[in-house]
Amino acid sequence: MLAVVGTVPDLDFPLTVGRVDMVENRLSIDGKHVPVNRGTPALLGAMVNTLKVLGPRDITGFIAGDIGLGHGSRSLYRYLVEKGSQIDFNTIVFHYLQPDVDWHNKIVFMLNDLKKKPLLIADAGFMYAAKMSGQAQFYDLFTPDVGELSFLADEAAPHPFYTRGFILHDDNKIPDLISRAYLHGNAAKNLLVKGATDFIADKSGVTFWVDSPIAEAMEAMGGTGDTITGIVTALAGTGMKIPKAAAIAAKVNRLAGFFANPTPATQVGEIIRHIPHALEKVLKESYGQ
Amino acid sequence: MFKLKLFKEKKQKDFSRAERGILVFENTSEVIQAQKLLLANDWKIRVMGPPPEIQSGCDLVIEFPLIQELNILRLLEKSGIDPVETVPVTDPLLQPVDLFHIKDFGRFLMIRAANMKITVEKRSRLIVNVSGGGCPDVPYLASILVGKTMAQAPNPLDIGHTLCGYALGLAFKEMQKKCLQW
Repeated sequence: MLAVVGTVPDLDFPLTVGRVDMVENRLSIDGKHVPVNRGTPALLGAMVNTLKVLGPRDITGFIAGDIGLGHGSRSLYRYLVEKGSQIDFNTIVFHYLQPDVDWHNKIVFMLNDLKKKPLLIADAGFMYAAKMSGQAQFYDLFTPDVGELSFLADEAAPHPFYTRGFILHDDNKIPDLISRAYLHGNAAKNLLVKGATDFIADKSGVTFWVDSPIAEAMEAMGGTGDTITGIVTALAGTGMKIPKAAAIAAKVNRLAGFFANPTPATQVGEIIRHIPHALEKVLKESYGQ
Repeated sequence: MFKLKLFKEKKQKDFSRAERGILVFENTSEVIQAQKLLLANDWKIRVMGPPPEIQSGCDLVIEFPLIQELNILRLLEKSGIDPVETVPVTDPLLQPVDLFHIKDFGRFLMIRAANMKITVEKRSRLIVNVSGGGCPDVPYLASILVGKTMAQAPNPLDIGHTLCGYALGLAFKEMQKKCLQW
């Protein structure tokens, strides 16, 4: 199962588990509809459009409404802890969830008890909890942006809000922050750092980077980090090795952004719309597929 | 079956410390008032002795869930019980982010505080995008702020719930200052 665990900003959206589809730019999960916007819906939209090119494959969403009070996140954590051992996971991405170290650790225990460890990708709030727990290396991939990388690099910070200024400073080079995150065991086995240049790294350092095409306005757009996480998850979910999946995802996200010709006011749906075309082009030009 | 080597009891205790914060008050009376208020509102808190790094304040502090800092401070402020200081348990010397990254796109201005970014069209002062962050109130705040002018939009410090919401609130405040300069 290709699973997505995350939240939507709607207090009335109940804990829902089901197949995710996209119909006329709206996500559908178990008969409930969600607009494709920033956050987990953007990630799901990017996955759906990536899989349109790669071939049909079900995405199972584990979704609950949460506006920051943590109720929806906790209902998801509880559900997975209680039922997770009966689910045949292949790949899981954990996304916009209230960071909670105790629940995070219970999830890790559940995953640890599975017969086969799924591919584990963490982003957003769940990545914060994974770092805070000291178990970042349990995960196969983190997808931080530059601000979040600074947090991973700061061994003392319990949340990006408390990242120390000398680490957050612009003069710090991203490869140095990556090294520092690995030095303190606060990075997953692989990193895809999203930014003006996208960096792919492991404990040996930066292994690949992508810096073109450039659509500078994407930095201001909400959800462009979620789309790249969605693309890499969909690619890795087909069995593709993470470094290759991350490189393709970075290229596709940038190209989809380039096709959208965005301004800082553009909304992420515009990028998601261009993902299939961008993916076809990247696969054809870079990999002859 | 694969093995997880990292779980040890001692480490578990460290884990829970990592997400706790400390509220420091002027005097014990304020600590007691704050304790009553927070417990009455179902917050998981406890009164403790301060760590040695904290030099100021009274001899009691309140430990609280750090991610909820914004909610808790708002509640205390409404009741007129402002703490002298709020710090993470893991390192009481840590300070909230005060470094802002500003990017000028010409027609638009973006301000980043920690992991949160807000972008405004200069002429209309319209909030056109909110990005970054990882806590669930970020998409919620974005859905409320985007499409409103800086004057119409509620302050994220008033309606956010997490530290991401707090960081967005700081970026919002900085943007308000910038708006005065245009």
